[in-house]
Amino acid sequence: MPNTKTVVPYSGTPEQEAQLKAVIAEYKDVPGGTMPVMQQAQEIFGYLPEEVQIMIAEGMGIPLEEVYGISTFYSLYNLNPKGQYKITVCLGTACYVKGYQAILDKIVARLGCPVGSISKDGKYSVDATRCVGACGLAPVMMVNDDVYGRMTPDQVDDVLAKYK
Amino acid sequence: MNFVRAHVLVCTGTGCSSAGAEGIISAFEDQLKKNGLDEEVRVVKTGCLGLCAKGPNVVVYPEGVYYNYVSAEDVPEIVEEHLLKGRPVTRLIHGDAEDASKATNLTDTAFYKDQVRIALRNCGVINPEDIDEYIAYDGYAALAKVLTEMTPQQVIDEIKASGLKGRGGAGFPTGLKWQFAANSPGPVKYACCNADEGDPGAFMDRSVLEGDPHSVLEAMTIAGYAIGATEGYIYVRAEYPIAVERLKKALEQSHEYGFLGKNIFGTDFSFDIGIRLGSGAFVCGEETALMVSIEGKRGEPRCRPPYPAVKGLFGKPTILNNVETYANVCWIINHGAEAYAALGTEGSKGTKVFALGGKINNTGLVEIPMGTPLRQIIEEIGGGVPNGKKFKAVQTGGPSGACIPASQIDVPIDYENLTRIGAMMGSGGMIVLDEDDCMVDIAKFFLQFTVDESCGKCSPCRIGIKRMYDILDRITAGKGTLEDLDTLEELAAHIKGNALCGLGQTAPNPVLSTLKNFKDEYVAHVVEKRCPAGSCKALLNYTIDPAKCKGCSACSRVCPADAISGVVRSPFVIDQSKCIKCGSCMEKCKFGAISKG
Repeated sequence: MPNTKTVVPYSGTPEQEAQLKAVIAEYKDVPGGTMPVMQQAQEIFGYLPEEVQIMIAEGMGIPLEEVYGISTFYSLYNLNPKGQYKITVCLGTACYVKGYQAILDKIVARLGCPVGSISKDGKYSVDATRCVGACGLAPVMMVNDDVYGRMTPDQVDDVLAKYK
Repeated sequence: MNFVRAHVLVCTGTGCSSAGAEGIISAFEDQLKKNGLDEEVRVVKTGCLGLCAKGPNVVVYPEGVYYNYVSAEDVPEIVEEHLLKGRPVTRLIHGDAEDASKATNLTDTAFYKDQVRIALRNCGVINPEDIDEYIAYDGYAALAKVLTEMTPQQVIDEIKASGLKGRGGAGFPTGLKWQFAANSPGPVKYACCNADEGDPGAFMDRSVLEGDPHSVLEAMTIAGYAIGATEGYIYVRAEYPIAVERLKKALEQSHEYGFLGKNIFGTDFSFDIGIRLGSGAFVCGEETALMVSIEGKRGEPRCRPPYPAVKGLFGKPTILNNVETYANVCWIINHGAEAYAALGTEGSKGTKVFALGGKINNTGLVEIPMGTPLRQIIEEIGGGVPNGKKFKAVQTGGPSGACIPASQIDVPIDYENLTRIGAMMGSGGMIVLDEDDCMVDIAKFFLQFTVDESCGKCSPCRIGIKRMYDILDRITAGKGTLEDLDTLEELAAHIKGNALCGLGQTAPNPVLSTLKNFKDEYVAHVVEKRCPAGSCKALLNYTIDPAKCKGCSACSRVCPADAISGVVRSPFVIDQSKCIKCGSCMEKCKFGAISKG
């Protein structure tokens, strides 16, 4: 799914907006401060809808086009929210030759949401990610920040069962 | 201070952490307290010990006993038997040495005994979150020596004399790079570190940052002094949260101790380092793209020249070295360029860290002198290919690299030899492939990666690589022609010659090297419509050998597509038009009657 358009309406709170304003104030005069602001904005809101991008552009005094350009260039910026449990499967070479495809297929089949999408209840999102550098444990999947290594398709259910 | 008679080192690298290192640490702390040993035995969190495959790893000193696959349940036994009674728990001891009884010490194991750890010298030895431990292992001694006894030019000369080359991929001489930046005039310069380790299959930079962050900060400060910079940035992947965390902690500590900031060691040299997080773009590992990214823009590469040493970050002279390169610098200053240059080969000095992965028993990190034959890395240190399979090739250098076939296994690994056989050092990822891996498919995998990661600025890369990918896709689907193979070579030559940056220029390498070394596999796909490794699904056919089939019906029951039919106790048959080639029937058959090909 191309990561170019926000489909989930903005629902930021005044607290979140105040947080973002504080971050912008901190980085406004720092050379190259746009990316740190966007990274923290994504932490605050969970994703970068148009409204947030406008706040960043106006706050940093740069064109919105530039913010949108950055957010679609780098794969870590999401224009749409991720699930409460962010499931990622490593696409590195070591994981590839050790058979990540079977792991990914099983996850997609279990959750019914294709790669790059979020489940209907907003609980799970499934993504393929770049090498996480845990090649010694290939194949590897992650749920939020928890790493699961030496995966077999049979273990997928056990892992998913921990995140209800 | 209490007398500590034993240390328990628990690896907290990414591998061992995810395998449960935290639980082991708390179990040790509980058990030690329970046995009244908490005053005399200390538990230390260390960085990566290297043998990720067998984690969680624990080493108990003073003996250096090396335990593998430790679980929290094993901890009471280790505490009671080993730490209380002095009897190592043999069932958990790493057992790859020829004589298992002797392999109680880490350095005796086949995995470690041929390694020379310079860049990884402190990984798995010290607590990366404690600056005092780093100092106890000569930490910041090199910086003190440089600032108080050496001129910037002497530092550059020392690095030049060591023969150190950039460990990030291109292998440019580090001293020369520093010289260019030092020669560039101007009051503002930058000494930066490339920690955007994006090559899939490489994780040495991650391990250094997680296991020994201070060594990178110290080396960056030395580089700053050498070229006349007062500021530096370290650009690290956001995908490496533990590394970022430890770097931040290390920065705080070295400020506190006065190793960073104003007037370091009471001299008039000041230097500071900022952290910038990458945001998931492989191209940002390219030096000009990385700098554009630090400037807060889309990470698209710029034309070179001007080179960064003349016009780099924010338009100022800049040096950019990768993590592993920096990790060698302090050792060179402390031990002298000669000691470093004594290791390795004529053109490639020192050591190199390799990340062994894929179809190999000892997956993990190894550091060996340049010139070590590939055979020794695979068969001795790596412990060979698992499950009795045949070694086929090793892929080095990630998406920019090449496949070294089994026939070249005796080649000594250094920059020159790898270039000679059409491969490249790259960042040091080594993915071992066995007989089940299809080389066309591997080439396709890497092109898929570069297609996704191409920034799109120049057309040879954006369009050319996509066309190459389309051709490979056709070939693996059994729709390729012999003419396609020529087109691949032609496209590759154009892309290599015309792409703007290193990503595009090297992207055709995986295809070219597999075409050169495994042409018969390409031909088999195209002419015979057959995948010799049995990996390309579209070209596979599962068949039942009527002579071996007992008619048990197990296969037909497991088949998800109802493609297998027959009468019990007589041979079954697979309907090829219905078969989805999932392989379930073959796994289920107890009589070995089903084969693929």
